[in-house]
Parts: sequence; structure tokens; C-alpha cells
Amino acid sequence: MKLHEIAHARTGDKGDTSNISVIAYRVEDWPLIEREVTAERVARHMGGVSPADVTRYALPQLHALNFVIRGALTGGVTRSLALDAHGKCLASVLLEMEI
Amino acid sequence: MSVVRIGTGAGFQGDRIAPAVDLAERGELDFLVFECLAERTIALAQQARLADPAAGFDPLLERRMRAVLPACARNGTRIVTNMGAANPRAAAERTRSVVRELGLSLTVAAVIGDDVLHLVGDCILAETGAPARALKDRLISANAYIGVAGIVEALDAGADIVICGRASDPALFLAPLVHRFGWAMDDWERLGRGTLVGHLLECSAQITGGYFADPGVKDVPNLAEVGFPLAEVSEDGTAVITKLPGTGGMVTRATCTEQLLYEIHDPVRYMQPDVVADFSKVELDEIGPDRVRVTGGSGQPASGQLKVSVGYRDGWRGEGQISYAGANCVARGRLAADLVHQRLAELGDRILEERAELIGLDAVAPAVARGAADPAEVRLRVAARCADAETAERVGEEVEGLYLCGPAGGGGVSRASREIIAVVSTLIPAASVSVRVELTEGVDA
Repeated sequence: MKLHEIAHARTGDKGDTSNISVIAYRVEDWPLIEREVTAERVARHMGGVSPADVTRYALPQLHALNFVIRGALTGGVTRSLALDAHGKCLASVLLEMEI
Repeated sequence: MSVVRIGTGAGFQGDRIAPAVDLAERGELDFLVFECLAERTIALAQQARLADPAAGFDPLLERRMRAVLPACARNGTRIVTNMGAANPRAAAERTRSVVRELGLSLTVAAVIGDDVLHLVGDCILAETGAPARALKDRLISANAYIGVAGIVEALDAGADIVICGRASDPALFLAPLVHRFGWAMDDWERLGRGTLVGHLLECSAQITGGYFADPGVKDVPNLAEVGFPLAEVSEDGTAVITKLPGTGGMVTRATCTEQLLYEIHDPVRYMQPDVVADFSKVELDEIGPDRVRVTGGSGQPASGQLKVSVGYRDGWRGEGQISYAGANCVARGRLAADLVHQRLAELGDRILEERAELIGLDAVAPAVARGAADPAEVRLRVAARCADAETAERVGEEVEGLYLCGPAGGGGVSRASREIIAVVSTLIPAASVSVRVELTEGVDA
């Protein structure tokens, strides 16, 4: 199934770094998310991202993960040529991950 | 001690005004906070001030003040805002005019001192590793993210409206709490909790159901009339996040969790001017309809360094778009991209960076392959960073030229160009930044 079925997410940006939260809707899905959605898998799924640039933080009491992806925003919102310079769309892209 | 009620009047420069008026009228608020200053906004404001010494503050300041001041004055609600942008003194003066015109009696304070352009020359920029002075005449602005001190001083002195420039966003909310509860500036736990409240509130509707809806899985009631949030904060820094009855949107554990992690890196170390806040043990509990209790925030001593946003001119940006639809649209879009690239090549190193993408196929999610894509339509977008305005114009011109000289069936061209004001960051010792409060124009409090 897609991660979208069991989790929601939001993207934030600071300079050239994107962060994406991944939050389980139901507490019973948390162990699966915690096990499957690793920093390495997120790097692979997002493409063009080195696993070394992804850090994962866990907040188990909120059944939430926070992924920090450095160098993800082609220079950051003020100078990037990207259409979505904030990377706002990335959270929904991550929710397409098959788990 | 009683609970302090603090609401969000704006979470960005262009935010809606009516929800702030609703909060001012019905919120029984002690404080209403307007956060209107993004990273780049202050650099643009600095440019405006260079062109006109009386300008450089938020263009919506007067409209917002006119809209909320009658209710705020009636209900004893005090205002804190960063709408001063690059010119808090002029913003305060304009606000005093509005206050007089409305026949009100309110004290307006300006908090001055975040402008550190004269101090940053030797500071090393995080993004380039070079000192700020290396930007030479391209350097426009340097503004430190100051903490609560100036705002607290203004509130202590009796200001009804406090207007600052660049301050940390959560500090706009933390300051009224420090003022009202008399928290010590080394009470890291309370400062961390107040920062948490500020962080949750600072993006207005992003915690009340805005930026949340996903039909079928995350439905939000009456999103068109989404209300802005308010917090009921206790003396120990714990709080309840809620919104006004009858407004659209919702406050749930899920909306609060998304906002908690918004723009957060390591949740143990949320760097702020007055504290390093710790959000890692935060608990969110739904205690009633649209009521979420927030506990478990904490903090560690501040680093002694302030983040500084440095703005500089970074060339010009040109852009053009054109649509292709129907049979073979992806191939025609790609051919169009190739043609524009070939045409721009003759401009040589006046094109500093170039990017082309097909909207509908690979524009905002370029790296994620969805397999054999066969969209009904695509829109070519070409963008380039250029050395000068004329070259930037050429980007749109070349896309427009595809009308007659490009692949079959291109339509709906749009084009634009503008100067790029880039923002990078550095750190400065907090002790080197002196903040002043003016309760009357030009006179320190």
C-alpha cells in the first residue's frame, strides 16, 4: 500500500534544507511506519538525494517522524529557479512511497 | 495566576484580515500577534527604504491596524507585530496617525536594533563560507533575529502596540508571556514552552485546518471560513490551542502535530535567540471540540549567537511558459525545451543557471518516476538566472517566439522577469546587538 493510506505529512523549508514530517493517523500503524520509513528509503524514494543528506528524528509519543533533507531545494526559496521553490509539494510526493 | 489569551492575527504578509478582526472582537484576547515577515521580505523592504526613507515597512500595516484597532482598544487587547520590517520607526509613526484618526488613545512603541548591516562584514556566511563583505556592493541588508527583550521592555513600559522588524517569529508570542507572567530569562523550561506556543501559533491557520485538507482522508469543515488560532496559556507555560466558535476549520491532534514539526530540524534543539527549545517530548491531547492541550515542552540555555539574514542582489531571473496538449504533447514540449536551450546558448555566460521542466510531468516532483506518463497536457516552463535584466527578458522572448517558430500547437504563453534578491545566513554574538525601544518617535523609552 501507499504510505498515504496510513500517514499524513507536511513540508517545511529553511534555506536549502527541507523537512518533511510523517505522522501516523492511527497508533496501531506506528510500528510499521517506524520500521519501514527509514532515512535511506526516503532518500531513494525522493531521488537525487544522498542518504547521507537525510536525517530522521522520531517522536514516538506523537507517532511522528521528521525527515531533514539537506541540499534539497536547489539553493533555497530566495534564489532557486524551481517552480515550487519552497519544496511545499515534497510531502505529498513522499506519501506515494510503497510500504 | 490567570490564563493569558493570545491570538494570531496574521501568519504571513498576505494573510487574511477578517479572521484577525473576528479574534479582536470575540476572542477576549490579552494579546493579538501579527507575524508578517518572511526571510526575503525584509531584504525587499530594505530596498524600498533605500529608495524612500519613509518606506520599508509592511504595505498592509495601515489596513490591518484600521481593521483591528477599534475592537482591540475596546477590549484591552494589546498588539505585537513585526510589520515594522526594515523601518519600525516609520511603521510606528504611521500607526500613531491611524490611532489619532480613529480617535483612540493608544501607546505605540517601535523596537529598533535588528539592522546589523554595519556589523556583519567579517561574519562568515553559512552557505558560501566567505565573509559577508565579499558580496561588496551587492550586499543589501543584514537583519538579526532578535529575541524578546525589546518587546518585553515596550510592554513593561505600557505600550499597547509594539512594532518591531526582524525578530524570531516565536519571540513575538513569547514576549507577551514573559511580560505578563514575569518569567525569568534563565527559566529555560518556561521559555521553551512559551516558544512552543509561539511556534504553534505563528503560521495562523496552519494549525486550525489550513494547509491540511486532503479530500477523503483529511477533510476539513468549512475551510472557506477558516478561523485563526488562539492559545490559553497558563503560568507554567502549558497551553490549550483553540479557535473561535462558529469559525471554519478544526483544531485536532493531527493539525497540531503537523504544525509542531513545520520547519523544525532536530526537535531537541530548536534554536532561538533566548532559548534552545526542546519539542521532542511534547504531548498533544484533545480535551474537547477544537481544543488541544499542549504539554511537555522544555528548553536549554540559549547559544549566545543570533541568526542573521543577509540579503544581496543575485542577478536577474527570466521565465517563460507555454502549453502543449493532446497527442504527443510530451514530445512536443521536450522539443520546445531543446529549442529554447539552443537559442539561449548564444548568450553565453550571461546565462548563469538554466532550468526547463514540463509542468504536469516533472516540474515539482522531478526525481520521482511514475512510469510511462501520458498526460493530457503539459506546460513547458523555462527559467534562468541571468547576469542582467536584458538577458532575463530574452528567456521569456524565446519562449514567446515558439508561437510561430516552435513545435506544433503551442499555446498560452506567459513570461516574467525580475531581479533576484537572495538571502543567506550568518551568526553574530547576541551581545553585540543593542536593541532600543522608542515610545515616541526618536525618543528612547
